[in-house]
Amino acid sequence: MADGSNEAFVAFERVQKSYDGENLVVKDLNLSLPKGEFLTMLGPSGSGKTTCLMMLAGFETATHGEIKIGGVSINHIPPHKRGIGMVFQNYALFPHMTVAENLSFPLEVRKMGKSEREKKVKRALDMVQMGAFGGRRPAQLSGGQQQRIALARALVFEAELVLMDEPLGALDKQLREHMQFEIKRIADDLGITVVYVTHDQTEALTMSDRVAVFDDGRIQQLAPPDELYEAPQNSFVAQFIGENNTLEGTVETIGSGRCTVKLDQGAVIDAVPVNVSQKGERTRVSIRPERVEFNPQMGPDAHTLEAEVQEFVYMGDVFRTRLKVAGKEDFVVKTRNRADQVRLSPGEKITIGWLPEDCRALDAT
Amino acid sequence: MTDATAGAGPNPQDAAAKAAEKPGPMLAADGTPLKKSLSRALRRQKLRALMLIAPLLIFVLVTFVAPIADMLFRSVENQIVSDTLPRTTAALDDWNADSGELPGEAVYEGLYYDMVIAEERKLHTRLGSRLNYEQTGLSSLFRQTGRGVDDIGEVYFDQFDDLNPAWDEAVTWAELMGEPNWVAEAKARAGNDESIPGFEMKDGIEDLLPRTAEMYGIFAEFTETEDEDSPIEEEPWEMVHVALYQDLVSQDVSGYDGAQADLLNEAKAAVGDFETIGFKDGFLEIEDDWGNHDIWATIKTYSPNYTNGYFLAAVDMEKTPDGPALRDENERIYGILFQRTMFMSLMITFSCILLGYPVAWLLANLPSRSANLLLILVLLPFWTSLLVRTSAWKVMLQQQGVINDVLVWLGLVADDARLVMINNQFGTIVAMTHILLPFMILPLYSVMQTIPPSYLRAAKSLGATNWTAFWRVYFPQSVPGIGAGSILVFILAIGYYITPEIVGGTTGTFISNRIAYHISSSLNWGLAAALGTILLAVVMALYWCYDKIVGIDNVKLG
Ligand SMILES: Nc1ncnc2c1ncn2[C@@H]1O[C@H](COP(=O)(O)OP(=O)(O)O)[C@@H](O)[C@H]1O
Ligand SMILES: [Mg+2]
Repeated sequence: MADGSNEAFVAFERVQKSYDGENLVVKDLNLSLPKGEFLTMLGPSGSGKTTCLMMLAGFETATHGEIKIGGVSINHIPPHKRGIGMVFQNYALFPHMTVAENLSFPLEVRKMGKSEREKKVKRALDMVQMGAFGGRRPAQLSGGQQQRIALARALVFEAELVLMDEPLGALDKQLREHMQFEIKRIADDLGITVVYVTHDQTEALTMSDRVAVFDDGRIQQLAPPDELYEAPQNSFVAQFIGENNTLEGTVETIGSGRCTVKLDQGAVIDAVPVNVSQKGERTRVSIRPERVEFNPQMGPDAHTLEAEVQEFVYMGDVFRTRLKVAGKEDFVVKTRNRADQVRLSPGEKITIGWLPEDCRALDAT
Repeated sequence: MTDATAGAGPNPQDAAAKAAEKPGPMLAADGTPLKKSLSRALRRQKLRALMLIAPLLIFVLVTFVAPIADMLFRSVENQIVSDTLPRTTAALDDWNADSGELPGEAVYEGLYYDMVIAEERKLHTRLGSRLNYEQTGLSSLFRQTGRGVDDIGEVYFDQFDDLNPAWDEAVTWAELMGEPNWVAEAKARAGNDESIPGFEMKDGIEDLLPRTAEMYGIFAEFTETEDEDSPIEEEPWEMVHVALYQDLVSQDVSGYDGAQADLLNEAKAAVGDFETIGFKDGFLEIEDDWGNHDIWATIKTYSPNYTNGYFLAAVDMEKTPDGPALRDENERIYGILFQRTMFMSLMITFSCILLGYPVAWLLANLPSRSANLLLILVLLPFWTSLLVRTSAWKVMLQQQGVINDVLVWLGLVADDARLVMINNQFGTIVAMTHILLPFMILPLYSVMQTIPPSYLRAAKSLGATNWTAFWRVYFPQSVPGIGAGSILVFILAIGYYITPEIVGGTTGTFISNRIAYHISSSLNWGLAAALGTILLAVVMALYWCYDKIVGIDNVKLG
């Protein structure tokens, strides 16, 4: 912790926040990120992401705890002195100013000379490929263009830390994917630190260096995207990130790195214990749909389950098969569309299996 | 370059090219030209819309457009002079006011007949009041003349009577002037107390006795319609005798052989020896003022049917022989009143902005529960009568009032030097600011509600201080609200009447108070209409300026 705080650029230390004095919206937040990191706060609506961002930006005060930038507490620094760039969900481009005036605004309040301002505005506009639009009003731009301008405005005064609160929420899917790539590229080019808020997990996974999964005012897991997907630390994260199959049961045996779980319906399977610790504990095991195999040829100690096909959906690049497994009808398997891939039809009975290390025994809540 | 609009939707050039390929007009499914069937469909829609708004349209026309049109008309209308004195004004056409001489006998002759008729119809006093606006003294002149004008006729009346008592009989006149059949019928019916048919003039009598025929006709019509009597039973007015005298002097009646021909010829022979009185002398005898050149100049100036006199009066000018000129310094009031009205309305508007802006901001930024409570407080004045509110200010501001008492009690003001805060401009501005404040707050509030708080946050995150963020980002976006509120308050203020009337005293009254005075006290509706028209023009001019400077589409009510 001691050497960690030295290199931490932004740090939340034991931060709590309550709006009404009764409920904690943010409960004991500890988070530190090094310079240059792209960190995403991901979580369902109402989980406190915006609140955290607003506290960092200075528009809300923390009820308890400290927020530091570059090792200095900023709890008592007003927002306009924090030097943090911010992109709002509705962009908040000033409607009565042209695009160029919008970009020039942060430079003007910093009392920058005219020629220098113009130079920087031009560079920022070119960076988001909007060089030709300086004279327009925000209302004369499409949503995607406004988004670029908002981004340019947050970057034009060379903030080292940029906050973005669901900046792509209002765009259609195609444009959103394009902008995700664009934002990431610009952030990497400039080497800025970004705290990005979204409730869209694909966005979080594709853009971030690390993702903080929020729920109920707490960080449920803070990890790089691959780890988050492949090694969720609890069932909330497993459920929230990507598609996931869960089976409920009780821990029968538990050893180091391996346990057996007796499913409610009777079958016994192997799993990796993640947050179960003792025999007899209730658990939910989690298996990703693409890690399941039909009619597996596995070692003698691998457990297999009987399944009945409920539905087969052709999705182009993958097939999505819904199965009835261990009494549950929403068990999904995804298989790649290969020439030799079998296409099952409803009613067929098959066996399925998976590697024990792909099956994680998590908490039951 | 990727964005949502590029590539999406049909290319307009393609569409245009496609349309150009087709020769002739586009046809609808049933073969009629597309344009025609579209306009038919639209017409039905428009008609339905028109029917829906018809009640309001009629209401607005009746209660708004028509009165304004009437006001515009009244401000230039001046038919009363030529209606009441038709012969006089016609004769005055030949008179040159610049000559410095009094008009000739013909004008006085016309005035005689006009005055007698007007007096019978009781119109001369109205005309007197009207002309009195232009020159004081004319009202009493017309009243006096109305009383004395019969003296002129008496002279001839008595002489006809002396010549032959038959001239004192209603029937004599009726036989002389009336169609014989009508006379017979009328006589018969009168004997039986039956209703008498309407008077019919004898053929050819107009050529024989033109003046007499005209005057007797007027007398007969008046007798029948106003007195509900018949000329067969009513002796004509003295004016008819005068007319007959004039006719007999100038006309040859020897060819006449109808009823009462002997009597007429007897009179014709006698009139040469009649004692006469000139019309001019007769009027001078009634009132010396008829010999006053200025009075005739005024009557001539106001004899056309339309006049700009009211407008001139409304801008402190008057008609003089040398054309319109400003009134004497001490007689000018309307210019000052207009200036004061504008100045005070502007003051009130600015006070409303100053006081209303923070309240509206608070309203827009409080949580909705407290905002609703505050809104009720803002609207509370609307629930109280205007009179009560204004009177309350009287209680507050007067010299023995609450505020003065408190100031004296605090020792800030000496007891013998209490502040004068009412019955002057200050009192009017305070009371009207209070009354008009909601009209500023409400549009401001509804505009501010549409400004998301994220703008202020964005500005601050970009490095702006609270003040800069407000002034550069929030304020410009609230300007449409200020515009809407200002227009509302200013236009309401400029025409306000009750409050300045009660608390304005003499220095704090508005032009509207003067308009009200002319409508209800001095009854000079023409001047009131001219003042109102100027006020309307000023408001529209300001509106136009505002549109040029701020742009009317920048005004938002929410
Ligand atoms: N200004 C506020 N006043 C009171 N409660 C608030 C306010 N802002 C957010 N909240 C509450 O705090 C919780 C977290 O909100 P927020 O941080 O906006 O969540 P997220 O951005 O993750 O959707 C929600 O339950 C919300 O109702
Ligand atoms: Mg949010």
